[in-house]
Order: sequence, then structure tokens, then C-alpha cells
Amino acid sequence: MREKKRPIGRLIMILAIVFFYLPIVFMIVFSFNDSRSLTSFTGFSLRWYERMWNDSEMMESLYTTIIVAVLATVISTVVGTISAIGLSKSRRIVQDVILQINDFPIMNPEIVTAIGLMLFFITIGVERGFMTMLLAHIAFCIPYVILSVMPKIRSLDPNLADAAMDLGATPWQALTKVIVPQIKVGIFSGALIAFTMSFDDFIISYFVTGRGVKNLSIMVYTMSKRVNPSINAISTLVVLFITLVLVAVNVIPIIRDRKLKREAGDIPTQINV
Amino acid sequence: MKRFSQLAAPYIVWAVIMLLLPMLLIVLYAFTDTGNEIMTFRFTLENFVKFFTDPDFLLVLWRSIKIALKTTVICVLLGYPIAYFIAFSPDRMRNMLILAITLPTWINMLVRTYAWIGLLSEGGIFSQILGLLGFEETELLYTEGAVLLGMVYNFIPFMILQINTSLSKMDRSLMEASNDLGADGIQTFLRVTLPLSLPGVVSGISLVFLPAVSSFSIPKLLGGGQFFLIGNVIENQFITVGEWNFGSSISLIMALIMMGTMYVIRRLDAYAAGGRKEGR
Repeated sequence: MREKKRPIGRLIMILAIVFFYLPIVFMIVFSFNDSRSLTSFTGFSLRWYERMWNDSEMMESLYTTIIVAVLATVISTVVGTISAIGLSKSRRIVQDVILQINDFPIMNPEIVTAIGLMLFFITIGVERGFMTMLLAHIAFCIPYVILSVMPKIRSLDPNLADAAMDLGATPWQALTKVIVPQIKVGIFSGALIAFTMSFDDFIISYFVTGRGVKNLSIMVYTMSKRVNPSINAISTLVVLFITLVLVAVNVIPIIRDRKLKREAGDIPTQINV
Repeated sequence: MKRFSQLAAPYIVWAVIMLLLPMLLIVLYAFTDTGNEIMTFRFTLENFVKFFTDPDFLLVLWRSIKIALKTTVICVLLGYPIAYFIAFSPDRMRNMLILAITLPTWINMLVRTYAWIGLLSEGGIFSQILGLLGFEETELLYTEGAVLLGMVYNFIPFMILQINTSLSKMDRSLMEASNDLGADGIQTFLRVTLPLSLPGVVSGISLVFLPAVSSFSIPKLLGGGQFFLIGNVIENQFITVGEWNFGSSISLIMALIMMGTMYVIRRLDAYAAGGRKEGR
């Protein structure tokens, strides 16, 4: 029965892949178009890349996106990991309540989180701009880090840190040399999720920044009304960058895997969103 | 050991200020008057009355729920066969296909949605294909269909991945057992495979429906501002009109609808899980 299903399944799969990649391929192809048209390809040129490079608004949005994503990832990974370790040793009730609050940005529709943060910044009277965007990104990234680190901590032997300290390690050493190495897979996937969440964010950034400060998403959103093939150029760069990151993340463990000749299965080679 | 618990203290303070307080502020603004100073709140239900007595707002709400439902149904119907094929592929193939499905979701959603504008625009690939097939030239972009397409495109990977996970986790020997006991392929699918994959379908539904209801960038980009959803109304109130109190009350209404939906979905999930236990 399975043999019979194969050709149909294969067809479905091919159609699905075409569906998923058609817009992306289209965008890449038309970023090299010689004319402004989005419908007919008139020849190869790099003029939209040049235009992009000289468009200070676009380049600034690219810098903003990268800087915010890097800072938010580093800060939320460190804070999230430390907090998750702390929470795991806290009293049950504290842990439950905080993890519940921690779930807000994950469970709530993004627009609700965005409005909440916007009202918060307005109420305390902070001017909305780069700093508010960064703070908001840290706020919604930490929960994802905690969420991916927590299960790893729970699967540790609760006496691990005590054992290390009995053997003469300082609390700091117990933390960095014993606990962190054991949960690094969780930390790593948390950091990766935080990075892409921040890099791709639109809704929250849109509400918590004022006029002037834009990330890539906000730029695309505000420019989408006019035909502007430079958007295709900058998007192509983004696609290339994310693909490289993902391929690296997926391939490096496989290579390391083979090197160590370990059994497959205990090293995650896939990313869960 | 206990001393490590102090490490959580800064985050407890942070979480209360940055995650809990903003939610409370939405509730506060939703129930107060426009233009009040921080210390002089006046309780009012006016914002809610305004929303529920205006047919325009109710129509937009209804339209948002309708299009989210359509998106969800299409995602289940298209996503299930795809997930099924992936789950029953050889290991190496399966990992590659999962990566292929996951990859686009990591690319900026605005960027992917923007790409559809060119494909759907007048004289673009799709209208040319339709022309070749003998259809008359019709507007594809800035229609409900375009918005629906954009939503399915953006959200279906989550459905596929969820269903695939529950199909992959399934004990294959159950299918063999069903075959051995004389069930044909269709019977096995309907009575063994499908019920066992329901938890995946259910969590997929929540991952598709919830973002679809509140989406405002897809209707803006592909609907061209002519196809207003509840997310656009909220955006308008906050960004253009500046009526934060009314905007907050709409957000609150939307959040409550979503919580209601989540509750129903959870019940469905519990039901599906119950069915699974019975099956064992």
C-alpha cells in the first residue's frame, strides 16, 4: 500500500516545495533585474544592489536590525540562562508564577505584547526609539531562552552543583564549569531562537519605536506601497544570511558527530521553532 | 544549593515590570477615559460600548474570524498530506524535507509576504498563467484571496511541523497490527493513524488560527488597505488616530476571544489525548 502512494506523495511534496520557494526564488531573480518592473525580467544588473547600498535609510535599518538582534541575543541568553538556573532552585510557587508570566509573550498574540509594551513606555514617559526597541526585544527573547534551557536543567541531577562544591568548587565554578556545560545544547538553541525572533520581528518593533528608528521589517512595511526593487536586493541578502546561519547550525553538528563517531540521536541536528 | 535561587531575583523583578505590568496597563487603559492623566483615572465602559454598537467594527471582527477559520481549514487540508508524506519518508529524506519546510519560516515574514506582491501583481506570473489557461484578466493582488494566500503561505509550515511530529512519534507497529488484523489502508488510516495524529492537528490549529486572527501586516501588504482586519483597526487606533484607550479595549476583546479559542482547543486536545490513551 505504501508503494502505491509514493508517486502521489512525491507530487504533493514537489508542489509544496515549489509553493514555499517560488516567492523566494522570484525575489532573488528580480533583485538582479535591469528594470523597475516586478513582472518582466529585462536583463541582468546589479543596479538595485547599488541603489540599496547608497540608500542610507535602508542601510540604517539593516544596521539597526543586526545590532538589536546581536545585543538582544547576547543579553537574553545570559540573563535567561542564569534566571532559569535560579528559578529551578526557587520555591515551587515562585517558579510556577514566574514561568506563567514568562509565557505571556509566547502565548499572547504579538500585537497584544506590542501594545502592552508601547503603553508601558508611554506611561513611564520614555521616548520611543532604539533603546525601547532593544528593551522590548530583550523582554520577548528571554522567555524563549528560559523555555529552551529549563527542560535541560530539570533533567540534571539536582545534587550536581552540591557535589561540585563539596569537591572544592566555588559556586561560580560549579555554575560555569559543571552546570552550564551540561545544558549548553539548550542554551544554544535558545540563543538561536532569540536571534531569529529578534531579527525577524516586526509587530513589537513597529509599536515600540517612534518615527525615525526602523528595522528591516518596518522598512519593508512602510515602503511596500511603492515599487522598489531595492527591497528585493536587501531581502536577498537577508535570505542568504539566514540560510547560511541555518545550514551552518545544521551541518556543523553533523560534521562534529561524524568526527566523534558518536551514535546519532543524542545530538540535535534539527531546530525546533 | 539554595543560594542559586537568588540568581532568579533580578528576573522576577524584570518579568513583573516588563511582562506583567504592560498587560495590566492594557486592561487599565481599556476601562478608562481618553486623555486622563496618570493619577486621575476615570472608570468607564464607553470603549466597549463603542465597539459593540458599531456595525463596522463588528463586521471587521467577523471578517477576521472568518478569514482565520478559512486559513486554518486550508492549512489542515493541505498540511496533513504533506506532513504524512514527510513522516513516512526514509530518515535522511525526512530530515531534509523538514529543513526545507522550516527554512522559509526563519526568513523575515514581511520579506516573504512582500515577494508575493510581485507574483500576484498585474502582468505577473500568476495572471499570465491564468491568461494562458484562458481565464480573463482579473485583479489578483489586493483581494481577499491574496490575503488568504499570504496567510496560508506564512502559517502552514507550523501546521505541517506539528502534524509531522505527532505522526513521527507514532508507534508504527500499530499500523502493522491493524493491517495484520485485516484492515485495509483506508481503514487503518481512519481508525489508527488519523486519531493518533490528532494532537498534532490540534496544536497546529492553535499555531495557525491565533496569529491569523491578529495579523495586520499580511492584510496591509496583500490586501492593500482595502481589506481591513481587526489587527489593522488596532494599529490604526494606536499609530494613526492615537486613541489608546479605545485601541486597548479592542485588543482586550481580541485577547479574550483568543483565550476562549485556546480554551476550546485545549479541551479538544485533552479529548484527543484521551482517545489516544484509550487506543493503547
